[in-house]
Order: sequence, then structure tokens, then C-alpha cells
Amino acid sequence: MMLQEVSAVATHPLANTAASWLWAIPVLPLLGFVINGVLSLVAAYHAGPSDPGAAHGSDEQGSAHSADAASSHQPDQVHAHAVVRHRYAAITSIVGPLVLVMSFGLAVAAFFAMRGAGTMEAPFIQNYFRWIPVGDLSIDAAFQLDQLSMVMTLVVTGVGMLIHVFSVGYMRDDPGYPRYFAYLNLFVFFMLVLVLGASYPLMFIGWEGVGLCSYLLIGFWFSEKANADAGKKAFIVNRIGDFGFLIAMFMMFSSLGVLDFVGVNAAVGKLPLGGLAVTAICLFLFLGCAGKSAQIPLYVWLPDAMAGPTPVSALIHAATMVTAGVYLVARSSALFSLAPVAGLTVVIVGALTAIVAATIGLKQWDIKKVLAYSTVSQLGYMFIGVGSGAYAAGVFHLVTHAFFKALLFLGSGSVIYAMHAAYHHTGNHEDAQDMRNMGGLKANLPVTFGLMWIATLAISGIPPFAGFFSKDEILGSVFARAHESTLASATWFGIPGSWILYLSYAFGLAAAFMTAIYMTRMMLYTFHGPNRTGEREREHLHEAPWVMTGPLVVLGVLSAVGGWLNLPSLLSALGPVGAMEHWLEPVVGHATLAVTGGHAAEMAHATEWTLIGGAVAIAVAGIVFAWARLKPASLVPARDAVPSKGFARVLENKYYVDEAYDAAIVRPTVGVSRLLLWRGVDSGLIDGLLVNGTAALARLMGWLGSQLQSGQVGTYAWVLVVGVLAVLGAFTLR
Amino acid sequence: MLAESLFFSAVLFAIGVVGVLTRRNAIIIFMCVELMLNAVNLTFVAFAQTYGVAGQVFVFFVMTVAAAEAAVGLAIIIALFRHRQTVNLQNINVLKG
Repeated sequence: MMLQEVSAVATHPLANTAASWLWAIPVLPLLGFVINGVLSLVAAYHAGPSDPGAAHGSDEQGSAHSADAASSHQPDQVHAHAVVRHRYAAITSIVGPLVLVMSFGLAVAAFFAMRGAGTMEAPFIQNYFRWIPVGDLSIDAAFQLDQLSMVMTLVVTGVGMLIHVFSVGYMRDDPGYPRYFAYLNLFVFFMLVLVLGASYPLMFIGWEGVGLCSYLLIGFWFSEKANADAGKKAFIVNRIGDFGFLIAMFMMFSSLGVLDFVGVNAAVGKLPLGGLAVTAICLFLFLGCAGKSAQIPLYVWLPDAMAGPTPVSALIHAATMVTAGVYLVARSSALFSLAPVAGLTVVIVGALTAIVAATIGLKQWDIKKVLAYSTVSQLGYMFIGVGSGAYAAGVFHLVTHAFFKALLFLGSGSVIYAMHAAYHHTGNHEDAQDMRNMGGLKANLPVTFGLMWIATLAISGIPPFAGFFSKDEILGSVFARAHESTLASATWFGIPGSWILYLSYAFGLAAAFMTAIYMTRMMLYTFHGPNRTGEREREHLHEAPWVMTGPLVVLGVLSAVGGWLNLPSLLSALGPVGAMEHWLEPVVGHATLAVTGGHAAEMAHATEWTLIGGAVAIAVAGIVFAWARLKPASLVPARDAVPSKGFARVLENKYYVDEAYDAAIVRPTVGVSRLLLWRGVDSGLIDGLLVNGTAALARLMGWLGSQLQSGQVGTYAWVLVVGVLAVLGAFTLR
Repeated sequence: MLAESLFFSAVLFAIGVVGVLTRRNAIIIFMCVELMLNAVNLTFVAFAQTYGVAGQVFVFFVMTVAAAEAAVGLAIIIALFRHRQTVNLQNINVLKG
């Protein structure tokens, strides 16, 4: 089998092209991690633990940005300090982004090699070594480059590169600067392992690795307890999902006997449509996706993850890591196309998440929290897409979302940077992320203002920006599949699939309406209306340096024209139709056909125009509604704000889901752990009975033995005589 | 004749053992030990009538050792008395565990 693979590689059209440098794409960020990690450790060694400039410092001092987190409580003397830049900041500023630039260059070269190779049916697999040979199970450490992983690699390295460059400006004055870049490089490495791995176990390595880096970067400013707690929350909630992924792999092995993508795709034919095994595998896989991609019921970690630095929120918690679940479903499309019940579950969860998160986003005041709930909501959209068998549409939305959401997060980073710099000058301790403290920033941050409006229009679904095309593609696909597909004819606990799909379509439209409202609200409160920052702060508000605005401009262009990646057939006048759909066809085309029932889901043009018109009308209505109803002028700064009442208050408190989880799961778990597991099992059984019990038994035996040593000569003589008599008696009476 | 002698020496030996086991006074115990030694001597002499003179020779060795033992033992008891003002062995138990 190994020999066959090797020969397949040798004859593959991508062999001996730029794609043969595939291995270097993830290895370069790993190299960056090693270099930056060593710099961080060396600096800590030189400085000693008490030096605030030490790698582990991360406290007040510099951090212009620890405000990002939750920090209105910096000590007063901060302002007396000059900013201490890290001693190796210069090397890190070069190494950190450079490895990403090189990776991106290789990825682009591989992309052109792939385009040059024409239609490529079999994936290009580079096999490095046999990783887990156990009995029937044989897993190779191999990377797989096909159309899907190519798209993901370009997004990860491309958007990642821009965010690395942005971070150079945003994080430069942080005491943990090399540590930050070490984690960020490591994240990109694991993300590339995730998307390039040729088998589920290797993908799982990347899956766990990005979880680790997410934890490390959320808790980057770990001296603030809230940040460390947010990191732990993300890690623990993700464990639940990872458990699902693991179970799915075990079941896949027991029913199919293989775990690499090529083998699974070849073997799924053995499984019956809608069978129990394939449904269970897909549902457990989706549990993993729900954890990683923040879907109901495991979405609660993502808003808290905003405790990390803002570029981290852009890279990990918007553009790449959280979309890993969408990638997993698209990658497993052959399995999902056989499990309509699982597909409908994905659609239901995605639709509910899209609408619930959007409603919460309506009432958040923290600029990053708005974007976090928006991300959860948009991920819900992607799952509506991939769940309903529109894999290309889901991945398309993943790509455009990576563009505009990274832009929104980096833009918010630029705003927070300016806010915090102004607060830093005047010694103000207000929350630099609360929109009630902003207002009127368009005069001070014109570039950020313009670019964020592009992203806002893109996410709201206004043509011709990127989000319009991808969102419309998903909604149109769901509508078409509700009419006729294997999903529509299946039932989900007695409910006809077509109802669920129509309902999801309605939910999607409602979520689109709310998306337009909350994004417009964010823009209004941040950039429009009167400036609420305060008299003295106002003159210190400045646009960020070019190293930060440059990536914003690139992302702005991508958000504006990203829709051309996959034009709908109606708009064929604008360029080639469905480029991404055709590109992904070798990977997901078969599964898509299986869901749509063999014939392409072409709708009548009139219906399609109606759907598009409706979606655009709803988006415009949302923006107009928000513009008309919300009055930034009447807003008061956060410290003077009165708590809201009624349903608004429920939304502001995120439906009290965190509180409910705390009461229903966290507290009982902690209680059981404390009383039963700790006091009972650990202290009582292990420590008490087993450890101390053994010691007590030995002591008892010793005490008994010591009682023979009475010191009474008479007693000894008695024992001696009795012993002699016993021996003699034994001999004589024998 | 042999049977009577052996019976007599056995009785003597038993009296010695019981004395060692029951008495508290070091001197009495010491005397009981001598009694046991002499019971053994009597056995040797009795067997010497039948098996030859070796038993009688052994008795001389035993008496010599017993004399030496008496000298050392009494000296220990005197030292003990000087130290503790008693020769009651129940009160001397510093070697207990």
C-alpha cells in the first residue's frame, strides 16, 4: 500500500512543482516559534523574574494595550514610567512576520502550480513517515494538498500574514513581545497542520494544538485573573468538543477501518444512506465542531476569549481557528452526505446559533463583544451552508468572513489602540473598549472609519461587497435544498426536513436583519455622533501607524472584491461564474450532488432574483432601521449609564446563559468534585485508607512486636523454656 | 541405680528451672542456675558408671566454669546492687522495646 502511494505521488501532476515545498509551509512558522521562544526565554534569563521587562512580566507597564482586556485598574505610577521596549523587539519584528510572508509565498506558488496542473482529481499527498503502525491501524504522517486545503492554507497564511504585520505595531511596546510572536507563530503552524493533515488523527493534532495556542493567547496577560479564567474556560469547553472528535475517530475506525481522508472517501460506499453508524460518526464530529467553532451549546467560550490581544481575536477567534469546524464538515462531506439527520442537526444548530448570537450582539457595549457575537452568528451561517450540503457556499462564506471579520477586529484594535493611547496620556482609567466612551471617532481615525464601513457593509450583505455574495449563496442553497434534496425528504425526529430548511432560511434572513442592525449600531456609536472621550483625551486620539493601517487597507480591498471569487450565475456579466464552486468540485462535488439528488439545484431566475432582492432589502432595512432609531447623541459615557430594563437587560446579560451553565453544570461539578472526589475519594479513600492506612498497619505490627521486648528477664526465660519444651515435645511426640 | 540417679538429677534440674522462672531475687536465681549445673553434673557422673571415665572428667570442667561464673556473676550482682540499690530483677528492665 505504501508503495502504491509513493508511485501515485511520483506520477501526480503536482510532483516536481512548487507544491513539493508543501512541507515548508508549516515548518517555517514552527521555525519562527522556536526563534521567538528562545529570544523570550533568553530575555527572561537576563532580566530575572523581578524585572518588569522580563518575558513573564506583562504587567502594567507597557501595556498600552492591556486595556484591551479588562483593565481600567492600572496603578497610577504607570504614567510615570517610560515605555520599556523588549530588548529583542527588533529581531522579533523581523522574524515573526517574515516566516508568514515566506509561507504565504510558498502557498501562492503551490496555488499557481495547482492551477497550471489543470483539473486534479486525486489529492497531492506527501508522505513523511509511518506515524502509528498498530495492528490493523496504520497512520502516516502525511500532508495532503487538494483544492479545499489549498483554499484554507491561502486564508491561514494570507490573513495570518496581515495580522502578524498588524501585531508588530499593536504589540511592539508589550513586555512579552517575543512570547506573543512565539505563540502566534506556533498557532499558525498548528493551524496549517490542521488544514494540511492527510488523516483525521493528524488533523486532530493540529486541532488540539490550535486549542493550546488559543488558551495561551487568550490568557496572554495572565496577571489579570479574568484573562487567565477566560483562557481556562476556552480550553475546558473545547475539551467537550474534542471528546466528540475522538469518539467519532474511534467509530470511524471500527466501522470503516481507515482514518485517512482518501481511505475514508473510498470506504464510505460501504455505509448505507442514513445508517446508524454514519449518523453517529457525523454527530460526534459535529460535537467537535460545535466546541471549536463556538456553536450552541458550546459557544460561551468565544465571547470571553476577547480577553486576549485584539490581533489574536482577529486571527484565531474570527478568521481561522473557529472556522476549523466548518472545514471539518466540508472535509467530511462524503460522510455528511450519507447522514441527512446529522446534516439537519448541523443546520438547526447553525440557524439557532446565528439568530441567538445576533440578538445578543444587539445589546453589547464592548466593541469586541459585539464582534465576538457577530462571529458566532456568522459561524452559524457557515454551518447552515455546510449542514445543508452546500459545502462550497459554506467554505466561500468562511473565506469572505475571514476577510471582513479580520478587518473589523483589526479596525477595532486600531480604535482601542487610539483610545488607550489617549487615556494613557491623560491618566484616564475608563474602559477603552466600551462604545459608550467613544463616539465621533471618524474625525480622528478617518482611515479606520472608512475601512470599517466597508467591512460593515460586507457583513451586512450589501452588494457588491464580499459578504453579500457568500451569504446569498448560503441562503439560496438552503432555499433550493428545502425544495428538493435528500435532506428535505428526510425527517428529523418526525419533523420533515423541508420544514426545517425553510425555517432555517427564515432564521437566516432574521439574523441578516439583526446583523445589519448591530453592525450599524457599532459604527454609529463608535465613529458617529458627538465625541464622548473627554476634553483632554480628544486631542490625543490619532490614527495608528502605517504598519497597522496597511493590513487594514489590504483586508478592505479583499472585503470589497472577495465576492468575485464565487459569482452567482445570475451575475455572469460581472465575470466567471462560481469560480470557487468549480475549484472545490473535486473535493466536495460528489457529496453535493448526493445531497441535491443528482441534478444541480437550479432555480428559476425569477425566484432567484426574488431571493436576492429580499436579502438585500432586509439588509438595507436593518441599516436604515438602526440609523433611524439609534441616536448616538443621547448616549452617555459608561460610568454615567443607567442599567437597561426588560428584554434589553436580558440581552445585555447574554440570556444569562453563563449564569445558567454556572448553576447547572459548573457548581454541581465543583461541588461533587469537592465533596465526593476530593474529600471522599482523594482525602478519604486514597490518602486516608490506603496511604495512611498502610502506615498505620505497619505501625500496629511494630507495636505488637515491641511488646515482646518487656525487659523482664523472667519473661524471656519463660519464653525460652516454653520454646525448648515445645521443640522437645514436637520431636518426641512425632 | 542409673534410673534413680537420672530421676534425682531431673528433679533437681526441674527445681532449678522453676526457681529461675519464679523468683525475683537475682541471688536466688543465680543459686538456682548452680542447682541446674549440679543436676547436670549428677547426670554426667551417673552415666560415667556405664560409659567410662569421660563423664567424670567433664564434671571437673563444669565445676571450674561454674566457679568462674560464680565469681563474675556475683561481681555483676554486686555492681548492680551498688547502682540500683536492689537485686530484684523485676525492677531492672531498661532493655525493654
